[in-house]
Amino acid sequence: MAGAAPQGPPQGSGQASGGSTGYRQIVGPLLLPTWAVIGVFLLLPVLLMGVYSFLTKEFRGGVIWDFTLAAYDQFFVTRGLFGDEPPQIEWTYIAIFWRSIWQAGVCTLICLIVGFPTAWFIATRPPAQRSVWLFLITVPYWVNLLIRTVSLKFLLRDNGPLNEGLMAIGLISDPLPLVNTNLAVQLGLFYSYLPFMVLPIYAAVERYNFALSEAAADLYATRWTILREIVLPVVKPGIVAGCILVFVPSLGAFLAPDLLGGAKTFMIGSLIDEQFKGSQGNWPFGAAVSMILMALVLLVLLVQARAAGKAGAR
Amino acid sequence: MKGVRHYPGFLALAVGCLVILYAPLAVVAAYSFNDSASITQWGGFSWRWYVDVFTGPEAERFGAAAWNSLTIAVLAATASTAIAVAAAVAMVRGGQFRGRTATYALINLPLMVPEIVTAVAALIFFTMVGITTGYLTILIAHITFCIPFAFLPIAARLSGIEEVYEQAARDLYATRAQAFWLILLPLMMPGVISGYLLAFIISLDDFIITNFVKGAGMETLPTAIFGSVKQGIKPNIMAISTMMLAVSVLFVTLSYIANRIGQKTRT
Repeated sequence: MAGAAPQGPPQGSGQASGGSTGYRQIVGPLLLPTWAVIGVFLLLPVLLMGVYSFLTKEFRGGVIWDFTLAAYDQFFVTRGLFGDEPPQIEWTYIAIFWRSIWQAGVCTLICLIVGFPTAWFIATRPPAQRSVWLFLITVPYWVNLLIRTVSLKFLLRDNGPLNEGLMAIGLISDPLPLVNTNLAVQLGLFYSYLPFMVLPIYAAVERYNFALSEAAADLYATRWTILREIVLPVVKPGIVAGCILVFVPSLGAFLAPDLLGGAKTFMIGSLIDEQFKGSQGNWPFGAAVSMILMALVLLVLLVQARAAGKAGAR
Repeated sequence: MKGVRHYPGFLALAVGCLVILYAPLAVVAAYSFNDSASITQWGGFSWRWYVDVFTGPEAERFGAAAWNSLTIAVLAATASTAIAVAAAVAMVRGGQFRGRTATYALINLPLMVPEIVTAVAALIFFTMVGITTGYLTILIAHITFCIPFAFLPIAARLSGIEEVYEQAARDLYATRAQAFWLILLPLMMPGVISGYLLAFIISLDDFIITNFVKGAGMETLPTAIFGSVKQGIKPNIMAISTMMLAVSVLFVTLSYIANRIGQKTRT
């Protein structure tokens, strides 16, 4: 659910005459609750988490207030099994990050390949049909993510309906091992975030002026040329928004890899989760991994904002 | 000319999308009515797992979890909607004031920070400050991340309402409070309802953050379900899931209707 891309501030109808309705004088009190709640219970905690990542771990899951780089050292550097070898790059955690980025990237690509035609198809329906299609696409998003993921697991199990069905019609003789694979995690992520791809692209295509396509067609462009050369550049902001909305939450996803994956599909979300469970946990390390994940997400958002700014300036 | 709107295969993909989105849910809903105790074999139609949810060995645990989920969702949605209404009025009607951009970033912060990071930060904060994790910490966390979800539809609605209605009221000597309660709030209502419903569903839906800040012995419906599913998917879980599915569909339908009414009243 988290991970909506930042949009520009809403354009108030009263921008120029702001305050003529008398709200200008009480902006402070009106915004106080927002600042108090999000500021104290999210912004401050994230900053504290940054501090935490530099503390020393205590056994039984806690910290000692001694500042150290140990958590980041553990993430990036290894000194062998007994800690007496020359420092080398630790690949374990980088590999988990790389796998998560890869999984999230593939998921984004699949969502785009499936989501774009779907969004296009919906946007070209007559208005009455459009709202029905949109409704159908959004309903699953409102259904509990945990329940959706569990449902998918139920469907994909070794002796689940899908395998049983395929065996019954004789396509396969042994159940396909679907659960605990990269494929299952991929499918889970795809299934979780597909609506995030469809909706922004739909919004962009809906505003698209089809006269452009018609003009190109009159000049003997083929349909696919029109799509590539004219439609895609115009609806690109919607596509980029959709990709961000899918990529960012996929990166830190926990439920799909945890329920549908196995040890070989371990992702960032599970790595962080593990650091806060029971006595094997390591809070400063968990905080450090969270900081690195957040830095990565901010980087993606920043690159997108820069690109959007450039496109807007042109 | 219709040709430029139609591409071969797009219909198939759109239908495929719906199949993928709905198939798992449909299968679980169907199997929740399975009479057999084994989840693999179909043993005929029955309500037994629904009866089991309310009277079976796990009824008490799930009942308590459902109560927690429901009360937290109502309280969190109410609080975050109230906060979001105030914020939306300031952001849309307050003109250009200092800190407007910063405030906008702050409101969107819960959407930009990955959920698992929010969860970690909240746990660290509550531990540091010394608030025992439990019902209260879940509620605080939910209010926080529900604010942007309530804010977006409310602000969108408010942006579409012209100031002339309030100005007319003020010209006729209505106080600022009267202009708000009697004019602006009723006009905003479809957005407020949408925002409330969205916040409610988001709170009910949350697993990751709740799982971090719930403390020992405290359960909401998603964490209770997650705990059970770890030992295998049992038929009673499918019955609970189907009921939650029905609640979600009900809510999204209500929100859809609220929006439709909103569009009709928009001038």
